[in-house]
Amino acid sequence: MTQVLLDVNDLRVGLPTARGWAQALRGVSFSMAKGQTLGLIGESGCGKSLTALALMGLLPERAEVSGSMRLNGTELVGMAEPQLCQLRGARMAMIFQEPMTALNPLHPIWKQIAEPLRLHQNMGAAQAKARALELLERVQLPRARERLDAYPHQLSGGQRQRVMIAIALACGPDLLIADEPTTALDVTVQKEVLALIQQLVREDGMGLLLISHDLGLMRDQVERVMVMYGGTVVESAATSELFAHRAHPYTQGLFAARPRLGLPRGTRLTTIAGSVPDLVDLPAGCAFADRCPQAQADCRTAMPPLLTVAPQGPSEEAHLVRCPHWRLP
Amino acid sequence: MAEQGFWPRARRHPSFVAGGCMVALLILSACLSLLWSPYPVGDIDIPNKLASPSAAHWLGTDSLGRDIASLLLVGSQNSLLVGFIAVGIGLGAGVPLGLLAAARRGWVEELVMRAADFTFAFPALLSAIMLTAIYGPGLVVSIVAIGIFNIPVFARITRGAAQAVWSRDYCTAARAAGKGPWRITLDHVLPNILSVLIVQATIQFAIAILAEAALSYLGLGTQPPQASWGRMLNEAQSQMFQAPMLAVYPGVAIALAVLGLNLMGDGLRDLLDPRLARQR
Repeated sequence: MTQVLLDVNDLRVGLPTARGWAQALRGVSFSMAKGQTLGLIGESGCGKSLTALALMGLLPERAEVSGSMRLNGTELVGMAEPQLCQLRGARMAMIFQEPMTALNPLHPIWKQIAEPLRLHQNMGAAQAKARALELLERVQLPRARERLDAYPHQLSGGQRQRVMIAIALACGPDLLIADEPTTALDVTVQKEVLALIQQLVREDGMGLLLISHDLGLMRDQVERVMVMYGGTVVESAATSELFAHRAHPYTQGLFAARPRLGLPRGTRLTTIAGSVPDLVDLPAGCAFADRCPQAQADCRTAMPPLLTVAPQGPSEEAHLVRCPHWRLP
Repeated sequence: MAEQGFWPRARRHPSFVAGGCMVALLILSACLSLLWSPYPVGDIDIPNKLASPSAAHWLGTDSLGRDIASLLLVGSQNSLLVGFIAVGIGLGAGVPLGLLAAARRGWVEELVMRAADFTFAFPALLSAIMLTAIYGPGLVVSIVAIGIFNIPVFARITRGAAQAVWSRDYCTAARAAGKGPWRITLDHVLPNILSVLIVQATIQFAIAILAEAALSYLGLGTQPPQASWGRMLNEAQSQMFQAPMLAVYPGVAIALAVLGLNLMGDGLRDLLDPRLARQR
């Protein structure tokens, strides 16, 4: 049995909004082994980014968190801020979506890379700067030595994202969370950055939690995919399994809605009718019921349990689905 | 990308140049008066009272025969002193309070901001008069009164600007790197709101000079024989019809100092705005 890196159990997050209390996460459970790569997919507002923020302990102050999140066996829910500060950047790190705004415009980049090193490893300025150079070379920033003293506005988006990756990697974390790391980048740069993350994760044996709404991107990047909808995980399977057999009607809709090349001219793109449910006023049952072509009366009464589509195999994770009426197409 | 340093752009900014020159003149005359003035300010020369401008008395003399030019020069010390200390008090207490409110949120923020509202509720002049009623008139009391009025001004503007910085991604990124609120405040928040504070300090400086003049005019600020522009105005009032120029000189001095500081503040606001600095 491989060692468990992260174990999330029945994670619930409530957020105060202008219109009332929003149940943003409704019982998210999953676990990751050391060095495993996991993808989190879903549309805007389904709770992907919130899951990441909850893991990092960066939720808004008034958010209510319950359930359990264990990193290397240490409980994160309810942990005091000073202890969390020692974990953040050291044992778990995060790459943000917008490299344009996630770097402080007033500091040269080496200082920003050196920050976690000085904080967690008590390095002096000279030592941290030398390490920052090594890190910049590791993330393959061209002309790294000259760029140490550059300011963020002197770098392109892709280069800044490399700097962000260097910052995240600085202390050799066990868990790397990448929240849509390539959404803000040019298509040509996206692949390079992803390949880089992939390579670094493999070299260091880090666990990777990759968040995205891009299905194509998930296929090559992660071993296992979880599909989120309305604050819960609706389907979870090994990547190849999910791409081959999709059990949940939402996942099926999501895959059907992918634009593809080579369709005859004038073909309308498939969409999922309706819109994402309002988190302030979620239905008692399945959040997808109102948009679901297969919805039945019992879908609306209670949250369906996770059912097994395919049990855990010797090399593959179990295929689970949160739908009582699932069927493979 | 035409990115230029501060000084090349500052030199081409008309209101910054004009304001800067006036402020420089103010500071220079205060420095000069420390070393030299045409006559000692306390010198009373009754036979020569209310003299017109002449080679001996450049701007004439007042009702006690004191040299107006010397009084104006030495009075500038007073205005600068009040400005520096009152703004210093405001910055020293208001900025940490504002930063604290933005960093801690919750009840700390509520407490600080309601206290600021409370202080703000009293007009500055009124609280100054109240303080002088308790502690007696004098320069120190008026400086402290003006300084106290500056604290909520700086606390509010600091909190507002700091909150905007806190919501930026790089602060979230710094938290994700394991930084605590104090390190983030010092490393990220403070440097990013510095320009706002500099501009506000210039404007509060001008307000402090005006307030000191008003207090001295009311007889609550600087006491004789110290020279003060506000008191010169007060004393000139009784000779308004015989010697109107006695009121004009200190009035012009106050107006120029305030105008200069405000122009400089406006200029600084433009020059320190990063959006304008990175104009392409």
